[in-house]
Amino acid sequence: MTDRNDDDGPPAPVPDVVSGPGMSGPVGGVDTAAIAGAAMPSRNARRGDRIFAGLATGSGIFVIALVALVAAFLLQKAIPAIAHDKVNFLTSRTWEVDSKPLKFGIADLLWVTVISSVLAMIIALPVSVGIALFITQYAPRRLARPVASAIDLLAAIPSIVYGVWGIYVLAPQLSQLRDGFVTALGWFPLFGKTAVDDGTIFIGTIVLTIMILPIMTALNREVFERTPTDHIEGAWALGATRWEMIRMTVLPHGRAGVISGSMLGLGRALGETIAVTLILSTLGNGSKWSWSIFNGGETFASRIANNAAEFNEPSKTGAFIAAGLVLFLLTFAVNAVARIVINRSRRY
Amino acid sequence: MSSVATDNPPTADLLRTGIRRTRKFANYGTGGGIVLAFLLALVPLVWLLYTVIKRGYAVIVKSQWWTHSQRSITFRDSSGGAYHAMLGTAEQVLMCTVISVPIAVMVGIYLVEYVRGPIAKATSFMVDILSGIPSIVAALFVYAVFITTLGGHRQGFYIALALVMLMVPTVVRATEEMLRLVPNELREASYALGVPKWRTVMRVVVPTAFSGIVTGIMLGISRVAGETAPLLVLVGYSPNINNNLFSGPQGSLPGMMYDQVGQLGNVRYHYATDRMWGTALTLIFIILVLNVVARLIGRSSKVRS
Repeated sequence: MTDRNDDDGPPAPVPDVVSGPGMSGPVGGVDTAAIAGAAMPSRNARRGDRIFAGLATGSGIFVIALVALVAAFLLQKAIPAIAHDKVNFLTSRTWEVDSKPLKFGIADLLWVTVISSVLAMIIALPVSVGIALFITQYAPRRLARPVASAIDLLAAIPSIVYGVWGIYVLAPQLSQLRDGFVTALGWFPLFGKTAVDDGTIFIGTIVLTIMILPIMTALNREVFERTPTDHIEGAWALGATRWEMIRMTVLPHGRAGVISGSMLGLGRALGETIAVTLILSTLGNGSKWSWSIFNGGETFASRIANNAAEFNEPSKTGAFIAAGLVLFLLTFAVNAVARIVINRSRRY
Repeated sequence: MSSVATDNPPTADLLRTGIRRTRKFANYGTGGGIVLAFLLALVPLVWLLYTVIKRGYAVIVKSQWWTHSQRSITFRDSSGGAYHAMLGTAEQVLMCTVISVPIAVMVGIYLVEYVRGPIAKATSFMVDILSGIPSIVAALFVYAVFITTLGGHRQGFYIALALVMLMVPTVVRATEEMLRLVPNELREASYALGVPKWRTVMRVVVPTAFSGIVTGIMLGISRVAGETAPLLVLVGYSPNINNNLFSGPQGSLPGMMYDQVGQLGNVRYHYATDRMWGTALTLIFIILVLNVVARLIGRSSKVRS
């Protein structure tokens, strides 16, 4: 460490105690003056430390302030719009924001957002646990790394590509599967027949599942890898098969991680915009309500994206920002739960 | 009925040992299921990459793809390139990186090198929340601040600002992880020489973790480069070359892709479809290159977990 003088002011050698956090004063038998001269004069050092600590703390506070500002600005723009809303914001299905008085409600947005994301999470859960177990417990080490990279590769593909692939390539291939579902289970409201062809919630769910697999797998892998070796060897010593060993040690140990990984995946799915926007067929205002996943519709994110080009007037934009606010609160809650669960489990 | 396999590795040879049949079936059944789960996940990956490469390849091997824009090219025309889009993406992502990296690295330093207290805990929590904020919400926030409140006009710079919110958490986590791997002895040796803390951090700790931090930055870039949602809210798409980040509509790769999707309507012409897959391939190619470079840099790191 040589002094290159990037501080302002000349280096003023101060021979007395050089102190700072993490330092324990001059060491006996060492020429402290020489060190102070060579390394850094204490007054400048302390000023440098103070500035640097201030910058670091400031950046930390900036992040906190940023999240608070997001909430504050969305609230500020959303509240006037909701106040002028002539229908119930939470329970109505109408969306008429081009003319006064404003009429907008989020009931169907909430349904489509939640059902597609929750189903995606439910499908991705066993698959991601399976992949994580394969990587950590089954695959030979030489195979485990490329497998893990392949799964990470899924995360590197932009969501717009997933959207285009989902609607133009995947959906036509799955139309027979959909017809099969409708014929066999059509009596159940979730699988009811609709007029929508390819752009269904069902296709959206499948694509969301693929998109949230990497993040869920990554977290599962992380916790499975940390299973204490003692526990694993104990299970082997009791004569357990591999599956019994996993059931007795790896899965109980990783439970919190799996739960929070699922929540993170759910959070991603809730907020996914462009893939869902491209896939889902929008339904006209006042269309018939259906519980079916073979229906079209819009999520919070896709409704905002579909209309983003026409943001021009504050009250109208306010309606979309109100939808964005609900989405923000949803993802905030889901992510907060995920982090609290994982942090609690890391403590021991 | 049960015996213990002595010299074999555990479960290596369940057939020979007298383990009860139900346990054996459970073991092989779940093992098969787990391998199946893995293969299942590979299907969309391979299928998607195959589609994009097969349908996008022909467009991007033409040299004008890399040198021309889409100016006055309609769905009836086959020519034109993606230069304007690559330029826009490069400018937006570069600006985003320039803003994000100092903030994110300082946050990482703060979380690792400074005293843990309630503020540090809150910061760490908020970084997690930030990493979960949907890109469309980040875009709406930038819209609410800069366009509604401050009266700005849609421009590429706002994209960079929205991307900052998505990139910061990625880089913070990478920095944090790498700084924690730097051995404490290095810090102590530096302190013992009388080097103040800030110089220790900047000259000893950060350089040691440097390649890991660069990896994190590259992964952050590859996360934001393909973001489309903010584009819809914050900047208009332009098929012309616009190298001014601070004014007017600007093209970008995801924006161009979305634009081509909007032109697919006329089924008699396949040019828009070709360009859409071509843009997708260009985007994936760039992101994959970034990813590979990031991992190579990470492998040369001085500190290892």
